[in-house]
Amino acid sequence: MTVANIQISETPLVLYLLRRADDALILGHRLSEWCGHAPMLEEDMALANMGLDLLGQARELYSYAAKIEANGNDEDKFAYLREVGQYRNLLLVEQPNGDFARTMVRQFFYAAFADLYWRAMMRSRDASLAAIAAKSEKESAYHLRHSSEWIVRLGDGTAESHARAQGAIDDLWAFTGEMFWLDDRERALVDAGIAIDAASLRAPWLKTITNVVSEATLTLPTNNWMQQGGRSGQHSEHLGHLLSELQSMQRTFPGATW
Amino acid sequence: MATPNVPLWEVFIRSRNGLAHKHVGSLHAADATLALQAARDIYTRRGEGLSIWVVPSSAITASDPAEKGMMFEPAESKIYRHPTFYDVPEEVGHM
Amino acid sequence: MYTQALNTSDAEDRQIEDAARAGLFQARIDAEERIEPNDWMPAAYRKTLTRQISQHAHSEIVGMLPEGNWITRAPSLRRKAALLAKVQDECGHGLYLYAAAETLGTSREELVDLMLAGKAKYSSIFNYPTQTWADIGAIGWLVDGAAIMNQIPLCRCSYGPYARAMIRVCKEESFHQRQGFEIMLTLCRGSDEQKAMAQDALDRWWWPVLMMFGPPDNASQHGDTSAKWKIKRFSNDELRQKFVDATVPQAQFLGLTIPDPDMTQDEAGHWVYSPIDWEEFNQVLAGNGPCNRDRLAARRKAHDEGAWVREAAAAYAAKRSRRDVAQAAE
Repeated sequence: MTVANIQISETPLVLYLLRRADDALILGHRLSEWCGHAPMLEEDMALANMGLDLLGQARELYSYAAKIEANGNDEDKFAYLREVGQYRNLLLVEQPNGDFARTMVRQFFYAAFADLYWRAMMRSRDASLAAIAAKSEKESAYHLRHSSEWIVRLGDGTAESHARAQGAIDDLWAFTGEMFWLDDRERALVDAGIAIDAASLRAPWLKTITNVVSEATLTLPTNNWMQQGGRSGQHSEHLGHLLSELQSMQRTFPGATW
Repeated sequence: MATPNVPLWEVFIRSRNGLAHKHVGSLHAADATLALQAARDIYTRRGEGLSIWVVPSSAITASDPAEKGMMFEPAESKIYRHPTFYDVPEEVGHM
Repeated sequence: MYTQALNTSDAEDRQIEDAARAGLFQARIDAEERIEPNDWMPAAYRKTLTRQISQHAHSEIVGMLPEGNWITRAPSLRRKAALLAKVQDECGHGLYLYAAAETLGTSREELVDLMLAGKAKYSSIFNYPTQTWADIGAIGWLVDGAAIMNQIPLCRCSYGPYARAMIRVCKEESFHQRQGFEIMLTLCRGSDEQKAMAQDALDRWWWPVLMMFGPPDNASQHGDTSAKWKIKRFSNDELRQKFVDATVPQAQFLGLTIPDPDMTQDEAGHWVYSPIDWEEFNQVLAGNGPCNRDRLAARRKAHDEGAWVREAAAAYAAKRSRRDVAQAAE
């Protein structure tokens, strides 16, 4: 019986891949929660498309991590048989959907980063990662386009939509710093030309964000205190609930094939 | 309270280079940018397109089917516009 | 709703339909010609189609809910992606169908408002709960299987926009039933617990799925005119029988038992099923199914909570066009 959590040999590259895979899975899962409940049918289609893109990215990254780790794990074991503390995603992506403004602001903050990130990663010396990056970059570019258009409409729409969008920006802002954070294990991969220095993306990210937010007649918070912890398994209370749902079948029927 | 109407758009997609855009359906969107994105998300999920046009449905002027006779029947008798109207001996070859 | 400007006005609707036009219309139908949005059509044809297409659209949208119930709990990432894509397809199908209904002159918003007010029907199958993961398999295999039986003849429906929407829907749905059957097959080849789960799902969904084809031919209200207008090309009972005959061998392949111990095969090879409990069907239709209230509540919630988003988009579009006009004037 395999009820227990899997053990992972977190070499720098495996850890690096899991961090990115977890971002994509958790955000994709959040978007999938909207399915059937979006503000209009057209947007239901769009949210599902973005969710499917992210789910696809997660699967490729997990599969590659499994190959590198060569420890008998696979995409499903990574997704379904790790507990909260073993998850390595950004705190930003595990934040609840809230209303449509909150979902779009979260998507916008992440996509503005992911677009730059994957574009830079296309030059990775790791050919598999570069290939994943090439595919993901196009998807992220569209997510950025889509969410930006909505930020502008919500910000410059009605007083209510403006207030909701501004509230979401204010609340989620503190989770954006973690995207640019780098630890020693990632530093080694950067030096080897496998990963890119995420800190270098902060300035162009801020430029994109500032342009869209100002076109939307919204403002960025002046408080620059940033939360972090997701990358090392220190999560908000929200992730546990998400995982208890995501993993319920695998936990209830250990070892079954579906 | 009745839900206010969102403008309707007609979607045209070019499936391959070299082909004309073809009407594939319609959707609702508040403006042209959202309409184009929605068209992408709704009508090209299986790789159906290389190019999209969206047109406000209200911008289309259509012929009236009741005037079909006047509009289209006069063309039917102009058989001399078609190559088969002309006799060319077979030995002349393809022309 | 292209060329909406020419759609029949209320005033025209009130005119007495002259027999000559009705005769010409029927002749076109009999000649297998397609009727297009701006063509003259009897008011009753318009009404019947608006009702049928919009009910079909509502069914697709409400139908997202029972399966959507399992997207976040799908037991593998492969299943999760397939299910999300499938439920999304249903949203797309609802959208195509609303667009087809709109060509008859009623806006999507009006049609949706009727559904949210509880004044329009949708397929009663979606008022049953998805209790286990096996229900996702059973819905794909049986509900989509039944839907395909219904929908393929609709690709030749006399009304052009409906027929075209159905062609697109059928093409996209071809993976849905296979997806469901594969889930069932995996369960049936799995542990005893999984196989029991599959049997339980079949037990619960079998009879409601047979009811999906509608009342028996001798009790159907719309059969005659729908057949005359070539909206419906096969009767409820014909389609139901076709479905049963196709499904019984599939159940045998899975090693599952159809919950109808008295079922027999006649000389022609057709499977003869026991009488259907139409009282249950009528109760679900009347709003007393296990999930009627939940389904409507979920759709109302999404609609109400989305109102401010739709208002924002409209307000921005209005501002934007004012700005464009002002700029052009400069």
